[in-house]
Amino acid sequence: MAKDLVSTLADLKEQEALKIVEGRLSAGEEPLKILEDARKAMELVGKRFASSEYFMPDLVYSGEILKAVTDMVKPRMSKEAEIKRVGKVVFGTVAGDIHDIGKDIVVFMLDVNGFEVYDLGVDVPAQKFVEKIKESGAPIVGLSGFLALAFDSMKQTIEAIQAAGLRDNVKVMIGGGQISEEIRKYTGADAYGLDAMAGVSLAKKWAGAG
Amino acid sequence: MEKKWEDMTSDEKQEALFQGWLSPQGVEFASPEAEKLYKERATRIKDAIQLKKLPDRVPVFLIPSFAPAYYSGLTPHDVMYNYDKIAPAWKKFYTDFQPDAHGGPFVPSPGKFVEILDFKLYQWPGHGVPPETTYQCIEGEYMKADEYDILIHNALYFLYYIWPSRVFGALEPLQTLPPLAGLTEMYGVSLPFIPYGLPPVKAAYKALLEAGDEALKWIGAVGAFLHEMPALGFPAYQAGATKAPFDVIGDTLRGTRGIMLDMYRQPDKLIQAMEALTPMFIQLGVGAAKQNGCPLIFMPLHKGADGFLSDEQFKKFYWPTLRKVIMGLVDEGVVPFIWAEGGYNSRLEVIRDLPKGKTAWLFDQTDMAKAKKALDGIACVGGNMPMDLLTVGTPEDSKAYAKKLIDTCGKGGGYIMANGAFFDEVKFENLKVIVDTVKEYGVYK
Repeated sequence: MAKDLVSTLADLKEQEALKIVEGRLSAGEEPLKILEDARKAMELVGKRFASSEYFMPDLVYSGEILKAVTDMVKPRMSKEAEIKRVGKVVFGTVAGDIHDIGKDIVVFMLDVNGFEVYDLGVDVPAQKFVEKIKESGAPIVGLSGFLALAFDSMKQTIEAIQAAGLRDNVKVMIGGGQISEEIRKYTGADAYGLDAMAGVSLAKKWAGAG
Repeated sequence: MEKKWEDMTSDEKQEALFQGWLSPQGVEFASPEAEKLYKERATRIKDAIQLKKLPDRVPVFLIPSFAPAYYSGLTPHDVMYNYDKIAPAWKKFYTDFQPDAHGGPFVPSPGKFVEILDFKLYQWPGHGVPPETTYQCIEGEYMKADEYDILIHNALYFLYYIWPSRVFGALEPLQTLPPLAGLTEMYGVSLPFIPYGLPPVKAAYKALLEAGDEALKWIGAVGAFLHEMPALGFPAYQAGATKAPFDVIGDTLRGTRGIMLDMYRQPDKLIQAMEALTPMFIQLGVGAAKQNGCPLIFMPLHKGADGFLSDEQFKKFYWPTLRKVIMGLVDEGVVPFIWAEGGYNSRLEVIRDLPKGKTAWLFDQTDMAKAKKALDGIACVGGNMPMDLLTVGTPEDSKAYAKKLIDTCGKGGGYIMANGAFFDEVKFENLKVIVDTVKEYGVYK
């Protein structure tokens, strides 16, 4: 039997992983099965990141390999994969702040932990969060910000959620370079996280999945 | 007879640079008190860094981003577009709060200058981000994955033509210019110059000249600050800046994503490129220190912080060339004033590998008790005054935190009180309390 895609991808062996995928595709295997293995591999990557075995470069690289795998598999698929999701999260970097590295890591980790993440990008106006919460019905909101100016934008975003009558429907977490309990209180968020794993734990707790 | 520079040891060079800084040339002190204050402050900082003598008290620095603008009721946009407003605001900031050193007036880069050149690397107030917001970097692959060989073997060509043609929209035509190497004979001498006659290249050079005019206008408005502040009793805490080669490539050439993929796909090329950049970034710091008569060279560290890299990755990719830059500066008597952004808890054991009394490390979110312990007898430490405290804390909180920091790190000298990250709009009364607390509570007896 060919080498295991799950462990090869999780060990970040790019060329080997792609070769396995190629072999399985030409053997006529169901593309969905290959994607399912890739998903399991990413779960492992997430676990290794959570246990400080993997760091940012490893996450970035795993994402890159996954993209290559998906690009190979997608054209052969007759139907979209249906992935069971444990909950929905609206996520973005708040208005005035265009930093995305931290946000992208948390979004990645939420995704591999089974969440459906609506990533609104950077410099997201408060109203856009409100609209997405309404539209998606997501019960969890993540606000990211690197600069100190983000403190006020987070506060304003949470006020806008409140003004739209949605505050009781959602739990809000904040995170970023200079976030602390003091800033959580200042912004009116429900919780803050110091790293991506803290964000995942909060989301799991709030979704009743952890 | 005075020893020649090249015959001096690094200790002697450092002492010579410090002596030049202690008696700044061309500065006419505003008063005898200002002169006394200047010398006391510079001596205090020197003693804290060299670890030879106990300073009279803990030195205190305020290291702002656009805070001086906000303090004067101005936005970052105001000062980036009205050069005459910069120096008065920065002067008011330092003279009102009276920290032990000033950091120069260069945070507000000239707005019109970056407009003329269509700078793509940043968004700035009124151009991509709101007027009341600081400028922010847009990472991208300004160097492509297959361009390492050019950077390694022809770094100057890459950094003078290729990179500017990508980060400045107005300089895009520069990418068509051939290297001028090979101009050794009459035969063919004009060939590499042909593109210079073409309209797009001419337009790029026109933009360069206009940008030069604008830069000159800006320095004309802010340059005098560098003499005025010492005259008022404030030594400079930086003569210029340099960077870790990993950050040079990761911040502005390949971007975070790019460099992290390179660590896997072409690690040897990445390391060779960092080695190739090392002498340039040593020279950048050494040149600035000598030219500006101040031994301190600022080094902001970005992508080696906790969480960015594993210990192994830090030791393989980040530290070796950073250490070479640091040692290259130290060998020339320059003091790397290292601004370790984020957390550095997992790096403390590694960075201990430095000679005594040659560097100063300002930390952001590092555990200061651990930092002091790890670097005790090796390097001056400082920083860590938290952003949340400055922004939403009370004066009482600020005082308590400052006292705690002095208790934790102050013992035996080798400590500078400072903020942990650049700050913009904060509760300014907190800054006052911090400086006053140090002056009252940080005195060595």
